Amino acid sequence: MSQTKQVKQLDRVIIRFAGDSGDGMQLTGDRFTQESAVFGNDLVTLPNFPAEIRAPQGTLPGVSSFQVHFADHDILTAGDRPDVLVAMNPAALKANVGDLPKGAAIIVDTHDFTKRNLDKAGYAVNPLDLLGDANDPLGDFQVHTVDLTGMTVEAVKEYGLSRKDAARAKNMFALGLLSWMYGRPTEPTTTFLENKFKKSPDILGANLTAFKAGWNFGETTETFVVRYEIKPAKLPEGTYRNITGNLALSYGLIAAGVRSGLPVFLGSYPITPASDILHELSKHKSFGVTTLQAEDEIAGIGAAIGASFAGSLGVTTTSGPGVALKSEAVGLAVMTELPLLVIDVQRGGPSTGLPTKTEQADLLQAMYGRNGEAPVPIVAPQSPGDCFSAAVEAARIAITYRTPVMLLSDGYLANGSEPWLIPSVDDLPEIDPAFATAPNHASAKALAAAENGGDGEPDEFWPYLRDPETLARPWAIPGTAGLEHRIGGLEKGEGHGNISYDPANHDLMVRTRQAKIEAIAKSLPPLEVDDASGQAKVLVIGWGSTYGPIGAACRRVRRAGYHVAQTHLRHLNPFPADLGEILKRYDKVLVPEMNLGQLSKMLRAEYLVDAIGYNHVRGLPLKAAELAEAIGQLVGEAEGINVDLGEHGLNPPADHEEAPLR
Amino acid sequence: MSIDLNTPSLRTGTESVPASDGPQTAKEFTSDQEVRWCPGCGDYAVLKAVQSFLPGLGLRRENIVFVSGIGCSSRFPYYLDTYGMHSIHGRAPSIATGIATAREDLSVWVVTGDGDALSIGGNHLIHALRRNVNMTILLFNNRIYGLTKGQYSPTSEVGKVTKSTPMGSLDHPFNPVSLALGAEGSFVARTIDSDRKHLTAVLEAAAAHRGTSFVEIYQNCPIFNDNAFDAIKDSQTKEHAIIPLVHGEPITFGTRDETTGLGDKALARSAGGGVEVVETAAMPVEDLLVHDAHNEDPSTAFAISRLTDSGYLNRSPIGIFRQVQRPTYDDLARAQVNDAKTKATQAEGNDTDRLTKLLNAGDTWNVG
Repeated sequence: MSQTKQVKQLDRVIIRFAGDSGDGMQLTGDRFTQESAVFGNDLVTLPNFPAEIRAPQGTLPGVSSFQVHFADHDILTAGDRPDVLVAMNPAALKANVGDLPKGAAIIVDTHDFTKRNLDKAGYAVNPLDLLGDANDPLGDFQVHTVDLTGMTVEAVKEYGLSRKDAARAKNMFALGLLSWMYGRPTEPTTTFLENKFKKSPDILGANLTAFKAGWNFGETTETFVVRYEIKPAKLPEGTYRNITGNLALSYGLIAAGVRSGLPVFLGSYPITPASDILHELSKHKSFGVTTLQAEDEIAGIGAAIGASFAGSLGVTTTSGPGVALKSEAVGLAVMTELPLLVIDVQRGGPSTGLPTKTEQADLLQAMYGRNGEAPVPIVAPQSPGDCFSAAVEAARIAITYRTPVMLLSDGYLANGSEPWLIPSVDDLPEIDPAFATAPNHASAKALAAAENGGDGEPDEFWPYLRDPETLARPWAIPGTAGLEHRIGGLEKGEGHGNISYDPANHDLMVRTRQAKIEAIAKSLPPLEVDDASGQAKVLVIGWGSTYGPIGAACRRVRRAGYHVAQTHLRHLNPFPADLGEILKRYDKVLVPEMNLGQLSKMLRAEYLVDAIGYNHVRGLPLKAAELAEAIGQLVGEAEGINVDLGEHGLNPPADHEEAPLR
Repeated sequence: MSIDLNTPSLRTGTESVPASDGPQTAKEFTSDQEVRWCPGCGDYAVLKAVQSFLPGLGLRRENIVFVSGIGCSSRFPYYLDTYGMHSIHGRAPSIATGIATAREDLSVWVVTGDGDALSIGGNHLIHALRRNVNMTILLFNNRIYGLTKGQYSPTSEVGKVTKSTPMGSLDHPFNPVSLALGAEGSFVARTIDSDRKHLTAVLEAAAAHRGTSFVEIYQNCPIFNDNAFDAIKDSQTKEHAIIPLVHGEPITFGTRDETTGLGDKALARSAGGGVEVVETAAMPVEDLLVHDAHNEDPSTAFAISRLTDSGYLNRSPIGIFRQVQRPTYDDLARAQVNDAKTKATQAEGNDTDRLTKLLNAGDTWNVG
């Protein structure tokens, strides 16, 4: 039968799996992603799920979805609009159909299109009854109606499961069907299921059978006449794995411990979307990682500060509301100048906001959210895999400069995934904690003795005597004889570190703490600017997870024949030393952010540049096509020309993220 | 699901801390910083007692860490020549938890006050006690806010007139010992700043205890709450006000009988299941309550703690209410890490090798 099917070549596809929270859509998407990764496509994923664990069944708020974009070339985003929607119930159809471009394919599980479920989703009439009618609401799409649930239940009969349990395997049927349609390898899923259900042979059998039945259905049915082929992508050489941001970040923290020789100590309180880092690190005690699930956010950072004082790499992980609670303690770490990592996996705010959705509106909180002049370095990863090296970099800064460092990830990076070129451990930076081991200051007594033939060698320890290059203070850990000292939140006298209320000293210390953070810029590489033609008048600058959409938008603009430059900030505080000069090279600077213009404000304040904001706070990543239009408009203004992006902007075909022009 | 944690054998509080090379003096433990408490403050007496008691522990000075929060008593670490951190309000127990968990070889002390520990830091206090982290918490209770200049504290009596309560405080006070017992503290004691001998004995027992040792120290604030503890300090009244708790002995107080050594008042079981004060003479000796600090069941210790006045202090049990052995959080946490590390290292090599393996685990593929 399969010979009768056509095979069509595609360069990229976006599929969105959508169903009820309990339908296993995250797992389905994740498995499809792993299959695509092993196949060798480049890919980017976008999970999207409600904050409720089991939101009311069949309702719009209960819809959970997983979007995967995979391609035969390097891609940057999960795609603006899906080419294929798999909808497991009426609510999933209703909640997602608006995101589809004309001509998109919809695969619908007809089984759940009952009166009750249609009512819950707000459909007065079953849209499937209107297919082909003049008023067909789905007329713009190719709709495939399949009784996924019914066929699943039938296929797994032999395992004697309850109807409810049997129906639960429908997500594997759907996965099998889609795997057939896109020629995905099945072994990774088979192995995964065998491991997952090792202890329940019936459930394993049902899931494997449903998966195979889905595949076979595709092969035999006349509903689907085309299979698609998306060749592996030509990525840089090396070994890859698919990785989410939270996993990469966890591994980065472990790597930072290994490369610094410091035990990692995580003090954390569970919070979405950061908890997975706590879960992951808790599995890796064998690397000397200690994890403490504290009584609250403040205790989490408190314990981390204590561990740092005692000579560990103290880490605390949280999201925006947790950062708010930790602020005073971050100030303590600023004042005591102890290494500390504060990981903020940002989510929609303010207050509880949108716990499971992404946003990057904590930048100013990270920058300024403390009493007094309390500068803190800020590092941000730009993609899920990049969370690994961002964590190592944050640790390098924290340990080298004896300072708390904020790492700003976000919900999209945390849960999204991409193929990751696995680094060699030996290539990672080595981080030297350089603990103080001996007195560093000669007392008046020692100096006086020197006049009478004494050696005048240091005989006392000054905890705030700084390294002239980095301005870092010495890190003397308890257990080191002769270096006993006291630190705390009160202002320190320069050098000796005793309490000081002296006005001039306070002024000096405030400036010195600031200068220390600014000095970090000297250790940063020059900022890379992607300005291939060298003729761009518009620079697009971003930070964090907007890297993908900004990159994809710039590619669209260039494909349409226009010039645009792009740069992306890893370091938000301090900025790279050459940033000011780079900004001044361009007539217009556009700053896309998932906030109301926080980086824009910082750039304006620091460089007096007329940074133009492009701001969306929808709890979702920016859409590349929309952003491309905004860039195009600015290019038009800057160059005094009419810009028409044509099919590379918002005009059909919908989404066509292409390889960069070379 | 739960797992048998294979509890490490119980040890004393300081046995994993390296011993000093030779005898040490109070002077060595005294920093060069000028002490800045008000004249007559009870904190001086505690500081002196601690400075002279610490050398006797026989521990290396560099392996001792004092952590404090905010308040008058929290300046304490500056005056000791050990490692120390004067942290932020209420958070000292959490910081000490990090230190004690990260380092088995440190003797960790928390100095806190009634506002610091019971108001802003109440959560950290109860959770430190619950976890039983190996540290000693000294709670200086002067029943007033001193550093902020005289507002009522969570141990001030109802009706207390202060700057923030001109018509009298409405808040029902905490009894710190009751709270610590309720949080299942494994070592709970109370002592008095001015009783050097008792204070030192309690500190010694607290340091020797492995787990969170909680010591409430009644401490007089001569500026904002002077004479709060007069009844238990005045030589005329203290015998009737202090109920001394000595493990294994009947709990009696009041005028002492020279032959039996028993006070004329005693504690006995009440009909309601609690503890009450009785006339010693009215009871057979065997019916008097004998103090058992090692009782696993904290109910009696709690009942005794309730005999403390919550208004103006006329009567209070003093001594070690409870001292029981239970595994400490930090020992267990280190054991998990060490076990995992040892097993993994034997099976799969050093950290770098294992990290390489971890990064390359799962579904991988090669390009090129």
